[in-house]
Formats: sequence, C-alpha cells, structure tokens
Amino acid sequence: MSRPRLVWFALFILGGIGLAYNAFVRPHGMAQVFVERSEKTYIEAEIAPPIGAPKGEKPTTKWLASGDPALADGTAVAVPDQARVVVTKTDNVAPRIARERIANGEAAVSLSIIDSIGLWIAAFFTLAIFSFLWRDNPVYKFAESILVGVSAAYWMTLGFWATLVPNLFAKLAPETVKAWSMPSLPVDADGSLTPFFLALVPLILGLMLLMRLSPKGGWISVWPLAFIIGTTAGLKFVAFIEGDLMAQASNTITPLVALQDGQLQLGDSFGNVVLLVGVLSVLTYFFFSIEYKGRLGTMVGKVSRVGIWYLMITFGAAFGLTVMGRITLLSQRLEFLFGDWLWIIDPANVR
Amino acid sequence: MDRRWIFLAMMLAVGTPILVQLRPTETAGPLSKATFDAIEAMPEGSRVLLAFDYDPASEGELQPMANAFVHHCASKGHRLAFLALWPLGAQKATETVDTILKPFHPEYKLGTDYCMLGYKAGNEGVIKVIVTTLLQQFPTDASGTPLQEVPMLKGVANIQAFDLIINISAGYPGAKEWAQYATSAYPDAFTLLVGTTGVQSNQLYPYYPGQMEGMLVAIKGAAEYEVLVNEKYGKTKAIAEAQAAMRKSSGIGESETQVPPVLQEGQRRMGPQLIAHLLMVSLIVLGNVVYFATRTKGATR
Repeated sequence: MSRPRLVWFALFILGGIGLAYNAFVRPHGMAQVFVERSEKTYIEAEIAPPIGAPKGEKPTTKWLASGDPALADGTAVAVPDQARVVVTKTDNVAPRIARERIANGEAAVSLSIIDSIGLWIAAFFTLAIFSFLWRDNPVYKFAESILVGVSAAYWMTLGFWATLVPNLFAKLAPETVKAWSMPSLPVDADGSLTPFFLALVPLILGLMLLMRLSPKGGWISVWPLAFIIGTTAGLKFVAFIEGDLMAQASNTITPLVALQDGQLQLGDSFGNVVLLVGVLSVLTYFFFSIEYKGRLGTMVGKVSRVGIWYLMITFGAAFGLTVMGRITLLSQRLEFLFGDWLWIIDPANVR
Repeated sequence: MDRRWIFLAMMLAVGTPILVQLRPTETAGPLSKATFDAIEAMPEGSRVLLAFDYDPASEGELQPMANAFVHHCASKGHRLAFLALWPLGAQKATETVDTILKPFHPEYKLGTDYCMLGYKAGNEGVIKVIVTTLLQQFPTDASGTPLQEVPMLKGVANIQAFDLIINISAGYPGAKEWAQYATSAYPDAFTLLVGTTGVQSNQLYPYYPGQMEGMLVAIKGAAEYEVLVNEKYGKTKAIAEAQAAMRKSSGIGESETQVPPVLQEGQRRMGPQLIAHLLMVSLIVLGNVVYFATRTKGATR
C-alpha cells in the first residue's frame, strides 16, 4: 500500500472508531436534532367592509387562524364549504430539554430523523471540502459538483419566484397569479385587480435579450443590452458623484490643527495630517503625465513614493482583515463539527 | 516544506482554542463605541430599519453582530423592520428573530413592535425606490399582510420615516450601496450604522464618520460591540426569566443569571483569532528570516 493510501486508511479507521465511540459509548450520543410539532388550522373567512366604507365596496376574504377573535365576534364569517387548511409547524428543541419532555411523555416532541440526517450530510460536505487541503480528490470533486448544481438550481428558482412572478407575471395577469401562486397580491381600492400593461416593455426587452441564443438574431439582443448599460450607468453615475466624489472630498477637508474647547487635540491633528498627506500622495502616484526627471519630476517622484507606502499599508491592512475573516469562517465550521455534530463542546449548555 | 504542514498547524491553531474555549478579554474601540452610542442616543420607540444583506457563507462574522444589534435595539424598546437585499438574508432575519427576539424579548409582537418585510430582488434599485416610496417595492410584508395594515408602519411613506438604518453587509449590494443611495443622497434624513465582513471593510472606512455613524469591522468589531451591549443589557429581566424557566425545566436549582451564550458568539470566536494570528505572524517572520538568511548565504557564495 502506498504511503498516502496508508495515511488515508489510518485516518478513516481512527475517524470511524472516534465516531462509533462518540455515538454509542458517550451517554447522549451525537448529532441528533429534536423538534416540537404543532398544528394550526386556518379558515378562509369573509370580512365585511368597515362602517362608513363607500357604497358597493365588496367584502374581502382572508385566511384566519381558527382561534382568531374576528371569527368569534362575527367580524369575519367562514366561507361556506371551504376546506380547512392545517399547517404543521416544527420548532427545534434543545436536546437536553427534548429528552426531559420525551421522558415526561410529551408526544409533540420527538427526534427528527430527517433533520438529523441533514446535519450528518452537512458534516460530510464540510469534511469533503476540507479534504482538498490534502489534495484534489473524488470526494472533494463530488462535493464541489453538488454545490455548483444546487447553487445554479437555487438561483434559477429564485429568479423565477422572486423576480419574474411578482415583477412581471403579477403585473400582466394579476387575477391568474393571485389565484395560482400569490394569494396575498394586493388588490385595488375597489377590490379588483388591474393589469399593468407597461410591464409588456420589460417582457419584450427580456425576450429580445434571449435572442442572443439565436444564431441569426443575435444582433437584436444588443438593443436591450444598450438599455441595461444606459440605465445602470445613469444610476451609478449619480450615486458615485454624490456618495464618493463629493462626499469623500468633503470628508477629506478637515482642520490640520484640531481644537476642542480651545485645547489642541494632538491625536486628531496627527490623524488629519496623515489623511491629507495620504490623499495627496496617492493621487500623485496615479498621476502618470509627468516623467520623474528634472526638478519637478523628481519632486513628483518622491511624493509618489510616499503614496506607494500608503498603498502598501492599505494592502497589508486589507490582507490582515481578509485573514481575520477567513479564520472566522474556519472557526465557525469547526464549531459546527465539534458542537452540532460531534457534541464534544457545548458552549450554549443545551445538551 | 510541504505546505500541508501549515494547513495542519492552522487547523490546530483554530481548533484547539475552540475545544479549550479560550476567550481573550475584549475592550471596545472607537468604531464599536460610536455604533453603540448611536443606538443608545435614539429615544425609546424609534423606528429602526435592519437590512440583512448577507447569507450563511458569512454568518460566522456577521451573525454575532446581527444578534447583538437586535438585542440592543429591542432592549432600548425600538421598533424594528427587517428587510433583505440578499435572498438568504430574509431567512437570517427570521432566525435572528427566533433566537434573540422571541426568547429574550417576549413582549415584542409581530406587526406592532417588529415586522418582516422579506427579500426584494433589485439590488441598489430597491434602495433607490424605497427612499421615496416604500409601498412600490413592498406592497405587503413577508407574510402577505398589506403594509398599510401593519401597525408599526402606519403613516410610513418611505424609509426616511425611520430614525436609524442598520445594515449588516457581506458585499454587493450592501453597506456601500446604502451609503451611496440613502445617506449620501439624503444626508439629513438618515443615520446609518454598518456591520461588515473583514474582507470589504477597508473599502468602507472612508465612509466613516461622514456617511456612516458607526461601523463594526469583522469578528473583532462584533466581539467589542457584544461587550458593550452585554455590559448594559446582558442580564435583563427577560433573560433572567428565560434562564429561570430553563433551569426549572431541567431540574437545576437556583443560580445566577448569565449572559446567554448566543450573545457571546463574537467573543468566543476571538480565541481562535488570537492563536491563528500568532501563528500567521510567526510564519511571516520565519519566512522572512529564512529568505534573508538564504539570500545572504547566496551572496556570500
């Protein structure tokens, strides 16, 4: 057996022994999710227009919980022959409390097999991604492919339900969309739903954009693309002028000698000088129109060297902050493995 | 040297402090203090808009901030509206409500004291619209209730009616866009506080304090802010009651009220930071020493 294979084999054996010990020898095992199930019944009810409402205003219908006070006091009346909808809600329960409640005979609390399997899958994928640190391998490739596939499907579904349905279909055919997928779609003041035909414009532009896929009609997609670029540029232009150019220039104009109640603030004054020198020297560094020759050129070169120092310090700070962020991500995943999965730490004292 | 030794060392440097639960003492810096003070300065019952612009990929850094922000605002009695420009931000907002608002602030009622506006596609376009017309982008809340029927939003035409905007940001769209399209466009209308990941924070520093009144930077900022919040609101009456109920249910006798662990996530994650940073600095120094030693040796030859 080759050395890497031997290392992997040994790691798997050790990991397996550890997991078996954790799952079967320790008193409470590991990686279990407990849930509490509760059911709520909803009834479709008709609510009469309020007193003083315009004549002819139709009653509105709304799904109310079966115990809603409006049903009891008659403000809302259940729609006849309407089926009740029963919604089952599950809430996570801390393992220690769940075990006690199960021991007390509470049937609503139970071990959730599906959620527990989900937790094991999450642990498997975390370890699979970590395995790349050893080297590229089929387990990593499998996890990577699943991630890419799930992400693509997620974004497609999201685009359909979060953009196309509410922003396009609901505007063109509100009655159909309300009945099909958005019961909460707001109605007009008179209770009706009016189509908004201007939404045809984005529909047409969207279809034109898809012509990019056509071998001969690709040029048609240039027009909506021009529209997108134009509107985005306009939107960003104003924002950058206001938010970055003007506001940032204004923020840079600070007194070099900072005073508070007549007292010199050394720290603030030093900070303001550093800020001014930094802005001017970095701007000079990006000023490429003067060659670093002659008296003026040499001076510009020296100032731009100060700018380089500022830039280097900025990159260093950015690197440090990035390291901090990445370490946090690693520590969060390890917390998940040690805590939620293996149950060898319990900072929240819930197990 | 095989670089996998460095990976292993880093894994140990991060994993060991988690196992031994090492937690260094934190002292709040000026940015965290400014953030804390801005929320403290708001009168009770102020309307606060919380934009959750992140997803699980960055929750390690940002969730502790989200928890602390919500706990702080609720402890001050502010009314909270949650929205998201990131699709999974809405779920993170719901999770935060479930883990912080419901157990430690049971007096908070949906609709009256807080509301969930949900996710809206459109990136900075959404901000651009809601600064003037909230209803156009959010005709209903996340559960489908028309916005006019949400008590805490009665009379709210746009987000200028909010006293404070808190943005928890992992990238685009996020803090930069809120600064550009909200505070820069309407400088007198908004107070913006930001919690941000380490990766993007150096791009956001220039906006403080002109366009952002406070900023929490990475896990360090989260830990510092937690210290400030927990000092004042870590052992409130509701927390004491929630812990007493838990002790009763598990048969444990009387004991002192503790700051809930969920409000100390940021501080807990500073232990691994300390050791991992020491390792990083050591490796950089060692690398340079080896480099210069090799160069000197080469020059001598």
